[in-house]
Amino acid sequence: MSETDNDVERLTCDVLIIGAGGAGLRAAVEARLAGRSVIVISKSLFGKAHTVMAEGGAAAAMGNVNSRDNWQVHFRDTMRGGKFLNDYRMAELHAKEAPDRIWELETYGALFDRTPEGKISQRNFGGHEYPRLAHVGDRTGLELIRTLQQKLVSLQQDDAAATGSFEDRLRVIDEATITDLFVSDGVVQGAFGYRRDTGSFLAIAAPSIVLATGGIGRSFKVTSNSWEYTGDGHALALKAGASLINMEFIQFHPTGMVWPPSVRGILVTESVRGDGGVLTNTDGKRFMFDYIPEVFKAQYADTPEEADRWYTDPDHNRRPPELLPRDEVARAINAEVKAGRGTEHGGVYLDIASRRDPAYITKQLPSMYHQFKELADVDITAEPMEVGPTCHYIMGGIEVDADTTETGVTGLFAAGEVSGGMHGSNRLGGNSLSDLLVFGKRAGEHAAAHAERAETVAIDKESIERAATNALRPFTGEGENPYELQAALQEVNGRLVGIIRRASELEEALVELDALRPRIANVAAAGGRAYNPGWHLALDLENMLLCSIATAKAALERDESRGGHTREDAPGMDPQWRKTNLVETLEDGEVRLRRKPVPAMPPELLSLFETTELAKYMTPEEYRTTAAAEGPEAEQEDAE
Amino acid sequence: MSTRTFRVWRGDAEGGELVEFDVEVNEGEVVLDVIHRIQAEQAPDLAVRWNCKAGKCGSCSAEVNGMPRLTCMARMNLFEEGETVTVTPLRTFPIMRDLVTDVSFNYQKARETPSFTPPADLAPGEYRMQQVDVERSQEFRKCIECFLCQNTCHVVRDHEENKEPFAGPRVFIRVAELDMHPLDTRTDRQDTAQDEQGLGYCNITKCCTEVCPENIHITDNGIIPMKERVAGDRYDPLVWLGRKIFRKGERQD
Repeated sequence: MSETDNDVERLTCDVLIIGAGGAGLRAAVEARLAGRSVIVISKSLFGKAHTVMAEGGAAAAMGNVNSRDNWQVHFRDTMRGGKFLNDYRMAELHAKEAPDRIWELETYGALFDRTPEGKISQRNFGGHEYPRLAHVGDRTGLELIRTLQQKLVSLQQDDAAATGSFEDRLRVIDEATITDLFVSDGVVQGAFGYRRDTGSFLAIAAPSIVLATGGIGRSFKVTSNSWEYTGDGHALALKAGASLINMEFIQFHPTGMVWPPSVRGILVTESVRGDGGVLTNTDGKRFMFDYIPEVFKAQYADTPEEADRWYTDPDHNRRPPELLPRDEVARAINAEVKAGRGTEHGGVYLDIASRRDPAYITKQLPSMYHQFKELADVDITAEPMEVGPTCHYIMGGIEVDADTTETGVTGLFAAGEVSGGMHGSNRLGGNSLSDLLVFGKRAGEHAAAHAERAETVAIDKESIERAATNALRPFTGEGENPYELQAALQEVNGRLVGIIRRASELEEALVELDALRPRIANVAAAGGRAYNPGWHLALDLENMLLCSIATAKAALERDESRGGHTREDAPGMDPQWRKTNLVETLEDGEVRLRRKPVPAMPPELLSLFETTELAKYMTPEEYRTTAAAEGPEAEQEDAE
Repeated sequence: MSTRTFRVWRGDAEGGELVEFDVEVNEGEVVLDVIHRIQAEQAPDLAVRWNCKAGKCGSCSAEVNGMPRLTCMARMNLFEEGETVTVTPLRTFPIMRDLVTDVSFNYQKARETPSFTPPADLAPGEYRMQQVDVERSQEFRKCIECFLCQNTCHVVRDHEENKEPFAGPRVFIRVAELDMHPLDTRTDRQDTAQDEQGLGYCNITKCCTEVCPENIHITDNGIIPMKERVAGDRYDPLVWLGRKIFRKGERQD
């Protein structure tokens, strides 16, 4: 339904999905299949979302390559990767449901690479005990987004055949951005936004809204993220009254391009290491053997000989340390560069040329070959790549119920990178694509069910007028240009809230971010309303600032080092902190922070781990409860 | 670092003009970097699409010195020192503003293409396909939907009237992909392409293949095999009989 009121286009639907990446599109499929009317808001063109950038694959314990893999092993790896701060229930659901979500994509037409038996092939990746990532060369994200995009189109075709209209039940509004949510007494009513092409406004009434807006990476200069990643969903949730958790945990992917400067930050897939690539410093040393932390010594090889044997005989050798979780590898590269063993451009070498033959490299890593050849004049089949850490992913995000993905606001759901908890303090590679499928589906399902039983929603004129005034504010601003302000914000985050943090610097960051607040409030957009990127960035800045403050505040509070949060002045993990989530809300425009206990893992999940391993993370009273239940681990692994 | 002259088309559906900017260019930069610098320093409302800046999303298509390209993959060292760089929007699609065009034509044609139709008797998880069989379709699935091929194809580039009957190379490789998909059950894909999507309009000048940033063999592996099979099916009785027995054709390399 659509009508225009005071130049604001009014729409209604059962389920409004904000974001058209993997999570949003998977939610849309599910909500539509549940019989609800769905509108999807896409910040870019349909099919361009940041999911296309995912390269390596989607992790799911299908056991196609190593039949010993199962959900319990995947669950264990995910918890280890997140340093046991993960929401255990989310990690459990994720590990259990990921295989079904992948197989389902094949029924939508996806074409993954195959094993000799014709099953979906799976590749090795950091932190995953067995080959687990379903993939298509190194363009898995593109396959995923295109498959979901085409599934939406096929549902629209079904609708057209039944009703004569492609868009009555499932509509994608592309190049549109949501700037406000309408909430009344803690219950969602709808959303407000603009269309990029004309600058005209939209008000959409919906009893269920799914936030699937991705991350915050554009708040950093060196980032693998696109312009869309401005923390919109995080900020919308905060302003609607929902809470964020663990915003201090940001993943710096260990391998981004570093040269030439214009490509700094562009992702170099972890598959390079999964497929045999190694990291070396300017002394020619394969340095990762020096950086295996105590908690991972049992699983990682301590000599190059053993590491190299693992590729062909993984059952009798430990894994190469290049495949440690991403936080460990990023810190190691950082330390090598700091110690003066980095390249002149501030990176280290990632070498697959001397380890695999050219035909293998171009088959397994076609887009990496292309990317380096075109953008850096480097032939990765003949010479090493130069790489360094780049801001990639935020583990923190909107606090949700694990089973339903609902936030603290009735009718408001969140899935994908914008939600928090699933990955704890550090995400394993490959767990993002599977996360957005598993929880995208759950979000769609529960948002649809909620819409069915919800009361009618309404948006009043005053709220719309307020939202419109807000959105037009930059045109009357008298301050700086939005591009300068974004650069200033990125500079503060990069300098003070980056990969290695200190209390004094985080305090300084909070002061500097606070000083940016009035400047951002007074940002000035030049030009008109039609397709004006300067205006759009001006509106995104407030979201970026809010997320940056939330991150800096939480990073200052957590005085330990864990996963994607490294405090030079508080090294090491503290078992007391493992029991603590940091929760942030917005009160009178200020970000408030409180501590909240991490839910205790139930005995059946605790018993999947050896007590000796739990002892490295937990206080004795936490793991002792399981001492009696020990032993089922071997049983489960052999159950295949 | 050096200063270069850029001429960027600015305007909207009503009209516009090339606007000249003198702008700094650094080592290793691509055209999109320079457009972004113009935006940040001189023309904050300059409209341009982009996302990944790594040749993976297909958003930043434009014509650079007349050549359709992804601006994120167009290195500045492509040009002679002192050469003026002219950036204009894709010519085949209606202008929205500056470098942004209305590409909805392509989405509409995609929506008119019958979707993947899996076998009814296979449950999720039971699909079995050989690598050699999926590779044929995988080549076409590399498509990043930059629409450079659609923009370049002379059937529609200067012939607005052909947009109605003609779906374009992007859609043809989608049809070829489904036609070669080991588990797609439809047998009318080539006929649909010929009768409803204007496959016959293509006279194989291969301009689409030339501009494809993913180096997909659009013509040789996608369009020509379909054309040959349509011709074979319709005009050669022996092939017609053979096709009754073996549903899928061989790929022409």
